[in-house]
Amino acid sequence: MKVTMTVNGRPMSAETEGRTLLSSFLREGLGLTGTHVGCDTTQCGACTVHVDGEPVKSCTVLAQDVAGKSVTTIEGMANKDGSLSVIQQAFQDHHGLQCGFCTPGMVMISAALLNEKPNPTEEEVRHYLKGNICRCTGYHNIVKAVMAAAGADSRKLAAE
Amino acid sequence: MHNFDLVKPSSVAEAVAALGSEGAQALSGGQTLLPSMKQRLAAPERLVSLTDIAEMKGVCRGEEGLVVGAATPHGVVAREAKAHYPALAWLAGEIGDPSVRARGTIGGSLANNDPAACYPAAALASGATIVTDRREIAAGDFFQGLFTTALEEGEIVTSVRFPLPERAAYMKFAQPASRFALVGVFVAQFADGVRVAVTGAGEDGVFRWTEAEGALSADFRPEAVEGLSLSAEGLLGDLHGTPAYRAHLVKVLTKRAVAAA
Amino acid sequence: MPKDGGIGASTLRREDIRFLTGKGRYTADISLRGQAHACFLRSEVAHGRIRSIDTSAAEEMPGVLAVLTGEDFTEVGGNPTGWLVQSRNGATMKEPKRPVLAHGKVRHVGDAYAMVVAETYEQAKDACEAIEADIEELPAIVDMAQAVADSSNRVHDEIEDNVVFDWGWIEENRAAVDAAFETAPHVTTLELVNNRLSPNAMEPRASIGDFDSGTGDYKLYTTSQNPHLTRLLISAFVMGIPENKLTVIAPDVGGGFGSKIYHYGEEAAVLAASKRLNRPVKWVCDRSEAFLSDAHGRDHVTKIQLATDREGNFLALRTETLANMGAYLSNFATCTPTFLHGTLMAGPYRTPLVYVNVKAVLTNTVPVDAYRGAGRPEATYSLERVIDKAADELGIDPWEIRRRNFIDPGAFPYTTPVGLVYDTGNYHATMDKLRELSDVAGFEARAEESRQRGKLRGFGLSTWIEACGIAPSNLVGVLGCRVGLYDAATIRVNATGNISVLVGAHSHGQGHETVFAQLIAEKLGVDANSVEIVHGDTSKIPFGMGTYGSRSLAVCGSAMMKAADKIIDKGKKIAAHMLEAAEGDIEFTDGSFSVAGTDRQKSFAEIAFSAYVPHNYPLETLEPGLEETAFYDPANFTYPAGAYGCEVEVDPETGGVDIVRFTCADDFGNVINPMIVQGQVHGGVAQGIGQALLEGVVYNEDGQLLTGSYMDYAMPRADDVPSFTVDHSCVTPCTHNPLGAKGCGEAGAIGTPPAVVNAVVDALRRAGHDHITHIDMPLTPSRVWTAMQG
Repeated sequence: MKVTMTVNGRPMSAETEGRTLLSSFLREGLGLTGTHVGCDTTQCGACTVHVDGEPVKSCTVLAQDVAGKSVTTIEGMANKDGSLSVIQQAFQDHHGLQCGFCTPGMVMISAALLNEKPNPTEEEVRHYLKGNICRCTGYHNIVKAVMAAAGADSRKLAAE
Repeated sequence: MHNFDLVKPSSVAEAVAALGSEGAQALSGGQTLLPSMKQRLAAPERLVSLTDIAEMKGVCRGEEGLVVGAATPHGVVAREAKAHYPALAWLAGEIGDPSVRARGTIGGSLANNDPAACYPAAALASGATIVTDRREIAAGDFFQGLFTTALEEGEIVTSVRFPLPERAAYMKFAQPASRFALVGVFVAQFADGVRVAVTGAGEDGVFRWTEAEGALSADFRPEAVEGLSLSAEGLLGDLHGTPAYRAHLVKVLTKRAVAAA
Repeated sequence: MPKDGGIGASTLRREDIRFLTGKGRYTADISLRGQAHACFLRSEVAHGRIRSIDTSAAEEMPGVLAVLTGEDFTEVGGNPTGWLVQSRNGATMKEPKRPVLAHGKVRHVGDAYAMVVAETYEQAKDACEAIEADIEELPAIVDMAQAVADSSNRVHDEIEDNVVFDWGWIEENRAAVDAAFETAPHVTTLELVNNRLSPNAMEPRASIGDFDSGTGDYKLYTTSQNPHLTRLLISAFVMGIPENKLTVIAPDVGGGFGSKIYHYGEEAAVLAASKRLNRPVKWVCDRSEAFLSDAHGRDHVTKIQLATDREGNFLALRTETLANMGAYLSNFATCTPTFLHGTLMAGPYRTPLVYVNVKAVLTNTVPVDAYRGAGRPEATYSLERVIDKAADELGIDPWEIRRRNFIDPGAFPYTTPVGLVYDTGNYHATMDKLRELSDVAGFEARAEESRQRGKLRGFGLSTWIEACGIAPSNLVGVLGCRVGLYDAATIRVNATGNISVLVGAHSHGQGHETVFAQLIAEKLGVDANSVEIVHGDTSKIPFGMGTYGSRSLAVCGSAMMKAADKIIDKGKKIAAHMLEAAEGDIEFTDGSFSVAGTDRQKSFAEIAFSAYVPHNYPLETLEPGLEETAFYDPANFTYPAGAYGCEVEVDPETGGVDIVRFTCADDFGNVINPMIVQGQVHGGVAQGIGQALLEGVVYNEDGQLLTGSYMDYAMPRADDVPSFTVDHSCVTPCTHNPLGAKGCGEAGAIGTPPAVVNAVVDALRRAGHDHITHIDMPLTPSRVWTAMQG
């Protein structure tokens, strides 16, 4: 069955089976491989995308179940001119990524947090990000990046 | 996972009809069902998605309490129940993580009746009524053991009606890996008494700690449960906690819930 | 002030742009035209004899192209271990065969014994379910002590006591050590378990085999930390594909932590299947499979004893360890508990007599190998725990007992009794720095404030040292290593003056593309943006031994420096010709070649252009081109060291532990990019906290894995860890490499676990739980609470 949804602002279609996951639809159907799959129990969050503005784990959503909806992936996060958006730039500025594998999910969940709560505390950031696992950074610089993107003075976070 | 057909009815009646076919199963938020299908532990031939049924969504204050549509995601309950039933809203806001809360639903959670899920504790402690496409079931009758409920084949939960307590609180001690409840205790004080429901600990799933209910009905203070002790018999034991540890946590969390209520 | 983009600058990472925009290219992201998909059928029993495997039904399933079993690989070799360790009786270790697919027996849950290739992954998986295997279940060997005691049940039929080796280090010292214990005024004994961990790089393994029948060339895309080593193993041992007919590409790799050092059977299997089908064959591991097949780490059971005098001076140390190998010997498995563990048992201390005994034991579990730190976390944990216990028994402050026993800063080079020569260090300095950053004076007030909230506060200290920058080939050769552990770099200066640096180290989170460019920019005086780092492709890079053991900068970075020196030498020759001066008069500074004492000079770009447009060259003495390769083999290990402090709050009602402060003071030698170094420490500390509080692979007595997913294997999450204070201002530069760099990648994972456990034990003992002297990791709430019950 052909499924169409709006992906990063453009209508896009691909053939699906009932069992086709949104993550597979994006990666294999549309070639948008920025969305990663790091587990099979809906825990790691590497596959996080936005559906109608809300974060979801795309490995645990059926493509046909979100047909017609609006999906944003990491490929749709940069500014229109291709430059890094505020959140992406904050991740680079504060070394909020190492191997880069969890990064798309981290950026998407952080964007969802800042949409919901523009000025979170460190504790709120840590709480909100607990469904996204990073093995490289120890989260220190991810939290710092999110705080910085929210306009907080990240120097207050911890001495280095 | 094995392949299946997905159907997306737009009304409860259509959903019930679709579930009448052989090998059909309801799909709500899918946050439990889809992972178990990936492990090939479940292989339905047809999944009936409940996510597009408008009449099953929303949080609404009614005469008999708070009515939550069964297809309402946890995140929506966390936001919209806050003004009416803060303990329930807090519980919903602590399930999983934001992405899971955007998809997972109260109806799906109750129908699955995972022994470590949070919602069954709220439903049981609140004396909630589970409304299905064909009847109403008291929470006390609904939960019938591990992953087992009173639901019949093809029957779907459409909404849940929560009487509003005078005071209530939920305390959850998370299992470190899954972040499900290692133990969760929901305490709710009503005019006619206190109800204490425990999740995460029972071999048969959610249960009421009646001894604590009696003590707290007489004296709603943490100290009231101090002298009680829950038997470890019939409690779960696994690598995250022995039955004795869980029994101990039930008491600790009950006291904390009373203090927070 | 470091120069912008040069050594010492916290240059932002260039690789981030692609990772932040979804343009990273990991193995699973690669789709080759016509690719088929593989799925592996894995054993559900821990131990069993394969009677028969009937693949006929599977072969008839929709989309199925091929079904392979162990029978298809009997003609090829097996996957070898990289180190041959001698037992203390002089016997060479026993090395069981490790086939590509299990043959004869399955030896752990997850042991792959068949492979299905189909048009789609789901079809391949469907067909796996149709394979009928008759496997006679045998009793599982899970417990190491039992494995050693019961020779009737064997993981490998030819290894009667399930022991690979019984290693003594250093055997000649054993009698003296034992004698010292006989007469010692005080002996502290501790039995502990270093818990088994699953590395869990966030990118699961993946491999694509691509055979070209036209040329006979094989290409393997794979999630590897060291593509050349993988090529070498496949060529020389496993499949016999000539090295020059096999290209191994490790594109973007999503973390390794050791688990992607090793060659795994799936890599050979996709190559074989690709040849058979004449199509690319792709396999992507899922997380559940990863728990059952990625090499695990740690898993030691140790008894450690420390002999002291009444003043806490260390007199002798001895340990007995059972080290779990799992069901097969993974590539570095035998060196991890020996040369990366026993040799570190002196720590930063002057202990004059040390003896280490390690028995390597086969069990029906996933193979165990090096995981971040590899052996050194095990050594540090044993040592730092027994020292805290000794301090407590002797009534000496934990800071003081360590200070009393540190190797003096003036004593370097220092030869330890376990075979290493520490070139430099200052352990007093890092511990003093830690003390300063930890606000020791304010601890009592903080503890009181915790008490007010019903929490128990404790402080834990650990010091650590490691031998990294792996490794001097001469030394490791003597110790039984089957390869050399140098690294290589080629600097290719292009005609237009920009530079490609082809490096043997592989970057999978370490930021080499940025840091290595900083090195070259500084050394050659060019703009870092004109330097491109190329890694991860054996067809482009001359050779390399990859990234592990905190070696990339110290070893590959040094190779780059050596190659850069050759570039400068060659540039001087060219400049001498162009400037009509003697070569000896040419000086190279800040990117330009000049004649000493004059203002005559040529820029780097001019020299480069001339090298490729060699008009008027004296060809007999000057060769065109500007490209140099260097191999660097370190003269010694490097010895970074440091001191870590952890403050915890224990909830006495639940046993829950919160880490409220974590402070690191490290000496990494010279640092190239502080931002990246700090990030490495953060990540290592989080993994150390994971080991101490959360993570543990658990098997039941039948050998079934109980922690097979993130539902039961607790990964550190954002709300499990605090922000960290990290300092690397104490610097004693490495004396034997050109950068003075020591390595920082494993530090956090080494120093952290004992600091956390010491802190929890301290909190409980301060609160009057005097019976608690030790709790085994992970210190889950349940374990802590249970310990408190007495």
